[in-house]
Amino acid sequence: MASVVFYFQVHQPNRLRRYSIFDSDSNYFDGHANREICNKVADKCYLPANAVIGRLIDRHEGRFRVSYSLTGTVIEQFRHWRQDVLDSFVALAETGCVEFIAETYYHSLSFLYHRDEFIEQTRMHCQLMEELFGQKPRVFRNTELTYNNDVAKVVEQMGFDAILTEGADHVLGYRSPNFIYNPPNCGDLRMLLKNYRLSDDVAFRFSNRDWAEWPLTAERFAHWVDQINGNGFVCNLFMDYETFGEHQWSDTGIFDFLYALPDHVMAAGKNNFLTVSQAVDRYGPVGEVDVPNMISWADTERDISAWLGNNMQANALHDMYALAEAVLGGGDEQLIEDWRKLQTSDHFYYMCTKWFADGDVHKYFNPYESPYDAYINYMNILDNIRARLAVARA
Amino acid sequence: MKVFMLGWEFPPHISGGLGTACYGMTRGLNEIGVDVSFVLPTAVPETPTGPSHVTLRGLNTVAERTTPPAPTSPDRAPDVAPDVAPDPTTAAVARMAHVELHRVPALLQAYATAESFEEVLASLTPDQQAQVRQVLSTMRSEQDEADGSAPGAEQGPSDSAVPVGSFAKGTGGHYAGDLLGQVRRYASLAVQIARTERFDVIHAHDWMTFPAGLAVAAASGKPLVVHVHSTEFDRAGENVNQDVYDIERSGVHGADRVVCVSYLTRNTVAGRYGVPPDKIEVVYNAVDLPTDTNDLGMTPIRQNEKLVLFLGRVTMQKGPEYFLQAAKKVTEKFTDVRFVMAGSGDMIAQCVRQVADLKLGRYVTFTGFLRGKDVGRIFSMADLYVMPSVSEPFGIAPLEALSHNVPVIISKQSGVSEVLTHVLKVDFWDTDEMANKILAVLRHPPLQRTLRQHGAIELRKFSWRDSAIKLRKIYAELVDAE
Repeated sequence: MASVVFYFQVHQPNRLRRYSIFDSDSNYFDGHANREICNKVADKCYLPANAVIGRLIDRHEGRFRVSYSLTGTVIEQFRHWRQDVLDSFVALAETGCVEFIAETYYHSLSFLYHRDEFIEQTRMHCQLMEELFGQKPRVFRNTELTYNNDVAKVVEQMGFDAILTEGADHVLGYRSPNFIYNPPNCGDLRMLLKNYRLSDDVAFRFSNRDWAEWPLTAERFAHWVDQINGNGFVCNLFMDYETFGEHQWSDTGIFDFLYALPDHVMAAGKNNFLTVSQAVDRYGPVGEVDVPNMISWADTERDISAWLGNNMQANALHDMYALAEAVLGGGDEQLIEDWRKLQTSDHFYYMCTKWFADGDVHKYFNPYESPYDAYINYMNILDNIRARLAVARA
Repeated sequence: MKVFMLGWEFPPHISGGLGTACYGMTRGLNEIGVDVSFVLPTAVPETPTGPSHVTLRGLNTVAERTTPPAPTSPDRAPDVAPDVAPDPTTAAVARMAHVELHRVPALLQAYATAESFEEVLASLTPDQQAQVRQVLSTMRSEQDEADGSAPGAEQGPSDSAVPVGSFAKGTGGHYAGDLLGQVRRYASLAVQIARTERFDVIHAHDWMTFPAGLAVAAASGKPLVVHVHSTEFDRAGENVNQDVYDIERSGVHGADRVVCVSYLTRNTVAGRYGVPPDKIEVVYNAVDLPTDTNDLGMTPIRQNEKLVLFLGRVTMQKGPEYFLQAAKKVTEKFTDVRFVMAGSGDMIAQCVRQVADLKLGRYVTFTGFLRGKDVGRIFSMADLYVMPSVSEPFGIAPLEALSHNVPVIISKQSGVSEVLTHVLKVDFWDTDEMANKILAVLRHPPLQRTLRQHGAIELRKFSWRDSAIKLRKIYAELVDAE
């Protein structure tokens, strides 16, 4: 028996408007662009993908199951502009076949800089999940699957049963991501590791005509899943939800593939689908995976250099978190919210200079012409945050 | 493969990008073993009746060869002038085994305009001025003769192909009579030299050499490559000089292949000059890494004042007024700063007035034109280099700034902006954004560091050798097509 564990990440940042040093108002966000992108992705991805998932749950009478993580920022955007999308997620939650995973509300890197803030944002997110979907999350995933032993330790203390991260080669070595593991020095926190080969076959390679396996059929993919039998229990397919319809456009056949897959996976009766909690309840851990250094699911390096790889990123993150005590202690709710929205990891991703010259996935997601523009814009906004703090003190 | 190159400026007198590019390309070609016969206009004729040109050969043994002004015939073989002390130009050529240099007395400068021609003339000693005027008057009479006579068999192929004959008539002004006359003189001297040379392809750089290129092509039947480093639209905006435009147009149309320094320039040449795009190639310029950064004789003065540098000709094309407008805005937020305007040009007086009007006097320094080691010195003192050009076909100076480890802001209206990623870019007219970015660099050391680190790496993708390899491919295609 091999169990497919689908986990989809749903996230949109609050993109910043062009903010010059000569600006002095406190409107930092590009409402127009954020709304436009939210609408576009809702129509191309979220609604059609939710419809497919809903149909699959009906068709397989509860045997098809998936897990999601929706960030606080994307949920706020849905509430502003696309209540219909939020309603469709609520409808999926009501089927009982969908699990929601906890993360930091603002999709932040707060774990690295401010432990209390990390705990607070996670609490906010759990509360939101309960409010919206009636579920108290049992499983945690940190922003972009950033992870090390310390994250595991803290997350276990916060009461979670399991944590998700990348099945990076350099931490697994010869071992397979298709088992459940424990982190070292924890009680019984479970680790679910992304099977990046099979995940990326769908998320990145599906429409690549130069790929030897193109065009990928559900039948063929189900065969690869079936091969896990004998060398593993789970097939962790973790990916951005935007894979469906946004990164891989509808005309690539990605929705048909998704719709056809469960039939083929469950055809012989030996394989099934589980949510993340079901997987950790069903299968016991087979060993320990030690991750002393930060890993993530980004780029080929699978490290955190996409957000913290150059001087500008380090400086921006440091300067922003240096304001934590002043912002949080001031009690100005609007200022706290603005500051938290500035923690979203995307702002630092835009400042990444890796591969910038070659142009690639980083550029596609980047609203700025260059990482330098992203940094300058961000630092100007931080200046204004400081100015507001100074006014508040005076 | 041997190239007959009609180019500009050799060390030690390099006043800008055109000269830097010609010299760099020639060294690149030398490095990959392409022979170059380089025809260089030299400002002052030795004597009006003396040799019409001087030839310097590479191969470490320097021989100076002189040729009489009359068309060379086999029985009047050039003499070898012995024991000439090598000047910097000679030394530069001597390092290049595949290059020979012909110095031609033509009063041409890389960035000549009607006004600057007068300036050059004024800068000469009275003796030299007299010589020049004598040469010019001889030329005019020669030209009148040529214009008045029917195309003879002897001069026919060259002169009929030279489009300059048409504009000299009737226009009468200094531009036509002097600068354009010099262009024509240069063309006829180039044809003379070409008759004594064997070569496979002709390569002419910018409009003043196009007539010479066309003439040599007509006389020799060899394919012509014209290299567009800038167009009249870059230099003059919409107020183009019709004579210059006509020369440029005849050059790009008469050539077998046009090389542009960027896609920006390629678009201009295709759009404004009506050249089929598939006839135009883009070959980017490059830069040499400085070898003597430790030899500047500088003791850095520790001070808090940041130095923001403008370096280039102070002309409309380079956008100096936008630099000063941005400077004004910067000083509203940040006062430990000095703006240095290094360069000369026809907008200097206007810029000085602008500084006074903006009350920027204590923040702005004018250095005049910098040459040689002074350029390296000012770069080594700069915290930021700004190139606010209104229209910049390529822009080598930002590469030079990066090679001195100076962060760079360039205008988006520049060719180099197509290839540089680790720099800051602004629209030249957006002085708010220019000031925003200047302030960001001055205020945030991590931004400076990141720009420097990545800029140094990015710089390695520019090499004259690579540019030369592209040129060799273009030459080979033309020669094979023969």
